[in-house]
Amino acid sequence: MEKVYYLDNAAATRLDERVLEAMTPYFFTTYSVATSEFGYSIGVEAKDAMEEARGKLAAFFGAAQKEFIFTSGSTESSNLALKGVARALGEKKGKHLIVSKIEDFPVLYSARALEKEGFKVDYLDVDEDGFINLDALQDLITAETILVSVQHGNQEIGTIQDIKSIATLCHDNGVLFHTDATHTFTRVPLDVREIPADLVTVSAHTLHGPKGIGGLYIRNKTPIAKIMDGGFQEFDLRGGMDNIPGAVGFAKAVELVTPEENQRLTEMRDKIIELAFEKIPHAKLNGHSTRRTPQNANISFSYVEGESVTLHLDMYGIAVSTGSACFSRSLEASHVIMRIGGDHERAHGSIRMTVGRFNTMDEIIFVVDTLAQVVARLREFSSLGKE
Amino acid sequence: MPSPYNDIVLEHFKNPRNTGRIENPDGKATEGSPACGDMVSLYLKVDPETKIITDIKFESYGCASNIATGSIITELAKGKTIDAAKKITWQEASDALGGLPKIKAHCSVLAVEVLRSAILNYEEKHGLITSKEPTTEEIVRKRLKKVMNPIKGLDMVATHLVKEIEIKGGVVRILIDLPADHQFANSIKEDAIEKIESLWDIDKAIVEFTD
Repeated sequence: MEKVYYLDNAAATRLDERVLEAMTPYFFTTYSVATSEFGYSIGVEAKDAMEEARGKLAAFFGAAQKEFIFTSGSTESSNLALKGVARALGEKKGKHLIVSKIEDFPVLYSARALEKEGFKVDYLDVDEDGFINLDALQDLITAETILVSVQHGNQEIGTIQDIKSIATLCHDNGVLFHTDATHTFTRVPLDVREIPADLVTVSAHTLHGPKGIGGLYIRNKTPIAKIMDGGFQEFDLRGGMDNIPGAVGFAKAVELVTPEENQRLTEMRDKIIELAFEKIPHAKLNGHSTRRTPQNANISFSYVEGESVTLHLDMYGIAVSTGSACFSRSLEASHVIMRIGGDHERAHGSIRMTVGRFNTMDEIIFVVDTLAQVVARLREFSSLGKE
Repeated sequence: MPSPYNDIVLEHFKNPRNTGRIENPDGKATEGSPACGDMVSLYLKVDPETKIITDIKFESYGCASNIATGSIITELAKGKTIDAAKKITWQEASDALGGLPKIKAHCSVLAVEVLRSAILNYEEKHGLITSKEPTTEEIVRKRLKKVMNPIKGLDMVATHLVKEIEIKGGVVRILIDLPADHQFANSIKEDAIEKIESLWDIDKAIVEFTD
């Protein structure tokens, strides 16, 4: 296979070999279900491995071991957070939720599903960089409000919310707060001893860990109901087969992230932005220049369409993504770019490049050089931008 | 490399034919859809005696299938009379490209429409067109045939998405047989509104869904 320049690490990442190595025994040696301490030996070993992984992940948040449950990924975690709280508190307290307009689909569509069940949802506006406004949030909170969900870092434009202030505001109003930290976990600090978040969604797939494993931090005593019926796994909050290799891999993946690596990702991110603006005219950065996740660069190039750009780049082995409607499965332009005040045109020409552990500075330079050529070539015969 | 596009489409996408502009064209048009975001412009030189298209160029602000269809349509139209070129269908363009992914049909349909619009523009400029007629259900239906149903890759009329059409005092109401939260509901709605609101005697198009 030809060399691949993979800059779509927000979507999925290449597994780290050390993660696979940590997982392997749980496929071939300790492959049983996790049993109670009264079970058979390999079941107890499996249980120990799972709990050790849980402990490591919980510790990463500054949380207690029993405050972290494993799920199949971010989508399930956010579904459980929103629907579980709605089920637990809908009748007792109220039927009102608040989510930001630029949430990723799991939160957005869980909210819409709840609307169909009779809940009222307010969708919080964001400014041109993607930040929510605290006063606007305060104004929306009522006695009926049971949950606020605002993501930590945005999936497309990388904007990092002031999660501490948001969580504190919710806490002061006696409202539960959920944050989707899929794109910030281990990259941007989130300690629940300092940030009064009640529920935090995380996943291994963005961290060079395995796909199909994620988790939800649930602060002790948070009212939440089970939505996946089955056995009594995960403190009876999520029925289903324990994903022991996944849990072990997730913990290993988290262990492997270092502050030095995050610094390196930030440098590559900034290099992409710097070079793109140097080489390509009519460019606009999507999201904030510094308050963004270390891995995310997202730039709109006027007069060209994103799918055309990505297809050309693919011919050079370069993988990036775009918010263009033509690229999406619903044929709709990125809701994030539209909500930060962008128009169809800005979404149309937006290119998201997200870096990971296995990228190098040389790759970044090659990618941006190629991108500049592709954009110039497409602009030559674009129906826009000539006057 | 695995791709949803075949080699002919990719070849036209990589090396599109007849790109650019014609200075002082005899006919020109731009078609665009804010729903998909694609835009395509087309320029014609027509021989005043034979009505043969002697030169044709296009510009695209669009995705791969838009660019590839623009390219093939210029090849198909060049050397034909305007009457023959007008009859080129999306299906012929798609066949010439060896087929396009269904979901991409609506991006490529623009490239076919723009050829017809540019010919119309030529005819209007050269006094070959009769007066405007008021919008009827039949005209609305004809316009909606240009809106693609991405589920099937065929237009929304042929795929029975149009349940009701009502025209009242410059307002057209269209009922679409899809749930409002369907994956493609918004895309189809925006496309349909654009096609109908551009009719000369229509101020507003309202699109509703059955569920």
